[in-house]
Amino acid sequence: MSIGFKAQRKILPFIFLLPALAFFIVFQVYPLLKGFQMSLYHWELLPDKVSQFIGLKNYINAFTDPIFLRASKNTLIYALVTVPGQMILAMLAAVLLNALPRGRVIFRVLYYIPVITSWVIVSLLIRYLFQSPEGLINYFLVNVFHITKNPILWMNKASTAFIPILILGIWKGIGWSMVIYLAALAGVPKELQEAASIDGASSWQNYWRITFPLISPTIVFTLVMLLIGGFNVFISVYLITGGGPMQQTEVMLSYAYHQAFDYLDFGYGAALSYTMGIIIIILSLLQIKLLRKPQEIYA
Amino acid sequence: MKFKRKDFKNIILYLIAIIGAVAMIFPFLWLVSNSFQAHVFVIEYPPKLIPDNPTFENFIRAWTSNKFQLYFLNSSFTATTATIGAVICSAMAAYAFARFEFKGKELVFTIFLLVLMVPDVVTIMPKFLLAKTLGLRNSLWGLILFYIGMNISLNTFLLRGFFESQPRELEEAMVIDGANPFTVFFSLALPLAKPALATVTIFSFLANWDEFIWALTIIDDPLKRTLPIAIYSFQGQHGTEWGLTFAAMIIALIPVVLIFISLQRYFTSGLTTGAFK
Repeated sequence: MSIGFKAQRKILPFIFLLPALAFFIVFQVYPLLKGFQMSLYHWELLPDKVSQFIGLKNYINAFTDPIFLRASKNTLIYALVTVPGQMILAMLAAVLLNALPRGRVIFRVLYYIPVITSWVIVSLLIRYLFQSPEGLINYFLVNVFHITKNPILWMNKASTAFIPILILGIWKGIGWSMVIYLAALAGVPKELQEAASIDGASSWQNYWRITFPLISPTIVFTLVMLLIGGFNVFISVYLITGGGPMQQTEVMLSYAYHQAFDYLDFGYGAALSYTMGIIIIILSLLQIKLLRKPQEIYA
Repeated sequence: MKFKRKDFKNIILYLIAIIGAVAMIFPFLWLVSNSFQAHVFVIEYPPKLIPDNPTFENFIRAWTSNKFQLYFLNSSFTATTATIGAVICSAMAAYAFARFEFKGKELVFTIFLLVLMVPDVVTIMPKFLLAKTLGLRNSLWGLILFYIGMNISLNTFLLRGFFESQPRELEEAMVIDGANPFTVFFSLALPLAKPALATVTIFSFLANWDEFIWALTIIDDPLKRTLPIAIYSFQGQHGTEWGLTFAAMIIALIPVVLIFISLQRYFTSGLTTGAFK
């Protein structure tokens, strides 16, 4: 007994979708909804206690929590420093490699290595390099370049403890944007640039008047992706400073994680995460407009 | 005269490119160099890039002690199984999005994309409770099932784009010849999608191989550790034994670098067809 053609056509897409949808709903959508519910409760972890519904209180508390405000500020600083930092250096690298007569591939591979290395490894490495007092960075600052007389105790003050995190954020991301910019540069018609050169345009003018406008959709695309990535910052903070000293270098996600898994306040932790999530969702809606037709970006 | 000026310009360009390359790989050179030094508890002063008495001791100790071989096996099993599961599920879903018409298609796809953008840490508390309820704590399956869930939306997004870029004619010809849609999918569409499948397989595998936060959250049992957790746990166990940590890092990095160098072209194609970091 075979099912009718029409019925088959209706069921068919569902059969193809079923495995993915099952995983997606159970392990992504359900936690997303459950987390929102948790954020409205004073959540009890022990099964014999009843969690108490407290409405938006967790969210309201967040906005008067000095450490959360500090963490938000740090997250914003991280995004505002690392995003332009990555974009500018990546663009310089892309233009530079694009101008090389040969050997582009080997440089591209070398610049991309930090991107493929796990956050755990590079975070611990950076922490090692910035050790105080006898880390390698201090060695260079004191003994080689004589910039400071005494080694800097990086992890003792919030202002200096955040520096390795920022440097890591920029350094690790350059290769990613660079590869995308290289692809975009390759798509710029050579004739246009040659014509402009013949008309007497310098390479500087050539870049800003011809190349830049043509690849600007790509630049906007990387901007939004990097902003989302920037707000995502977590592992490097967790491993380099642990949010210290005195929770002064916490970012939004690391603070939420500490609230949940160190202080066991899941409701509050969820509310903090969701505050972050809302920012990301807004950025993502913007992004989906760009993503809908990726071929337009790379045409 | 003009020729010489061009040469000079090229030399400058290469010089800058090399300085950039050194900045990008210096921490790794340092990592490799230090891993060959015996007993790095404190850093030698002045630091040396080439160790005086290079030794494999750290590698041997890292590999044979601390159940490191088990951790390597745990990581391999978890990342491989999760990747295969995620790629099969998302290839089927992507095919449905690309080739079939059904109600709510774009809505479901938009939800896929939105969820993709939400960082995994945001939902880590409810996920933790879910894993606890399902009895998946301290189990590699707890990692695998959640990793598949984490991989699916990105893979589906990338593969849909690929399937849509392929011509339909061959598939339609097969259907007219009486083949059912599953045969068309498995014997025609999927083999043709090999380059795209390679790309998503690599991305998924690396993400699963390196995953840290979820494993840190649900794995307490030392026997169930994966490599990132193992490396992290070398920290501060008895003070930090950096030499051992570095050797462990390099062992964990070897598969990643091998995959990257041998399959380099798929990285670029994956990046430029979609959006991924």
